[in-house]
Amino acid sequence: MSVHRVMGLETEYGVLAPSQPGANSTLLSAQVVNAYAATVRAGYGHLAGTRWDYADEHPLDDARGWTVPRSAADPSQLTDEPAELTAEEIALAGGDARAGSTLYSEREAGGHVLMNMVLGNGARLYVDHAHPEYSSPETTNPLDVVRWDQAGDLVVLAAARRIAQTPGFAEVLLYKNNTDNKGVSYGAHENYLMPRKTSFDAIVAGLLPFFATRQVICGSGRVGLGSAGHGPGFQVSQRADFFETEVGLETTIRRPMVNTRDEPHAVWDKYRRLHVIIGDANLGQVSTYLRVGTTALVLSLIEAGEAPALRLRHPVAALRQVSHDPTLRTAVELADGRRMTALDIQEAYLVAARAHCERSGAGDAQTRDVLERWQRTIDTLRTDVLAAASTVDWVAKYRLMEQYRDRHGLGWDDPRIALMDLQWADIRPEKGLYHRLAARGLVETLLPAESVAAAVAAPPEDTRAYFRGRCLTDFPEDVVGASWDAVIFSVPGRAGLERVQTLEPLRGTRALVGPLFEAGLGIAEFVDQVRS
Amino acid sequence: MAQEQFKAQPAQGAQEEETEAAVSAGPSAAAQEQVQAVDDLLDEIDGVLERNAEEFVRGFVQKGGQ
Repeated sequence: MSVHRVMGLETEYGVLAPSQPGANSTLLSAQVVNAYAATVRAGYGHLAGTRWDYADEHPLDDARGWTVPRSAADPSQLTDEPAELTAEEIALAGGDARAGSTLYSEREAGGHVLMNMVLGNGARLYVDHAHPEYSSPETTNPLDVVRWDQAGDLVVLAAARRIAQTPGFAEVLLYKNNTDNKGVSYGAHENYLMPRKTSFDAIVAGLLPFFATRQVICGSGRVGLGSAGHGPGFQVSQRADFFETEVGLETTIRRPMVNTRDEPHAVWDKYRRLHVIIGDANLGQVSTYLRVGTTALVLSLIEAGEAPALRLRHPVAALRQVSHDPTLRTAVELADGRRMTALDIQEAYLVAARAHCERSGAGDAQTRDVLERWQRTIDTLRTDVLAAASTVDWVAKYRLMEQYRDRHGLGWDDPRIALMDLQWADIRPEKGLYHRLAARGLVETLLPAESVAAAVAAPPEDTRAYFRGRCLTDFPEDVVGASWDAVIFSVPGRAGLERVQTLEPLRGTRALVGPLFEAGLGIAEFVDQVRS
Repeated sequence: MAQEQFKAQPAQGAQEEETEAAVSAGPSAAAQEQVQAVDDLLDEIDGVLERNAEEFVRGFVQKGGQ
């Protein structure tokens, strides 16, 4: 048992063009993707737009054992259909079809606006509904999750800078948050590879108490109570007020605490991909690290049948109660009538994880580090919540706002406090309040800046993301499509396309395929060797 | 506005890459410096915040996401 498993994060960024009120957000998102394509092309001379291969997308398969008919699905669930900007959307944007044409013109695109890219670091950058989304490449440990997640912030920052420098384009601002505070939320999803043999009922039972409470160690904080933020106050989580059910397939409506999408993007019989939609997007490295590190440990507990026997009476209500009390004193009711605070519940999971790690002999450095930091965070929050400001995102935000409110005598409903909440998540180092805090050494980091910057171009070496990323970097002219579990080549002189499946996430690593890339093969020979 | 002030620098207690489980400096010694640093940041914030807070926040309207 350890924190090591195949994982990845998805971030939907909030998008705004301040000088164009009401601008079409799908169009702005497409500008971001196209601007990044232009940036990549300018820097490396690669073809950057790669079609997404939808062949293995099954968004309506439910982990509980059934498939929702397409006719019964909400249109937003049909994520296996390519996004297109419609003529209507372009017209709505004032007839301005320049989402991509000036930022990134590519003959291959045939005047099409680019809506999807697969990046050389193995990530996917695309337009998801009305937001630019960066899906990080598959990684095998929490520290690498942080590295490639933060690389995504640099990717979209580079895109936004490019737009700002392009004549005729309005500046586009991006926010790593999860709500507009007007009733709308967008996600920061996590993905964890699990063995299929683990029962989904056990996953649900083991996760609900953990998910209702992990926000205290890794929430991002939010000003305002209720989905539209009308109630004055500060709460622990960005997302808590947007969840309505315990278990379900949807991600945009009737949001469930445990999502049942059964789309493993890997060998179906062997794996499931747990798709977690309940987390907040974090700017802080330690918060991201603990969010995935503790969750990975809890999944190991569930797989071993050793999750704490806790059951909340009302998990959805508990999620909100915990979020609405930054003092962390609220005790939520268990099914057996006991009451526990969020910190008590977190500690119960921690104790079980530590005991299990000791028994199973998992003593690697990163697992020990996650366990120690988890304990330290709980202890600090118990004695003095504000003392956790250097590592826990919501506390850092809370403390800054409390100090600002004190200094200026402001209530939680003051517009300047609302602006601080928004601007906390501005990804620009010179404007984002998180970044201003970090620049003054007030938050702890785990990775040197150069290491995150390198992950913008370099894929992780120990998963199939290495194969995907290197293919795009080394054979940009020949890759015509890609997805999590395939890379599609067009080999000159051969009829048809060659689809190389990558259904084993731990194959395609540098150790396995690195020599093939170093051999300097032509594309035909390369594809033949890969397939042999 | 604050562009020239921004310089990437390692955070206090920046960790070794790969987890050496480096223990961050005890809070007591750093506490005073932290208070000062936060004070400095509060001084800076008014210059960093977007103009016309109410209107700016009102303009941030998103479409639903996942």
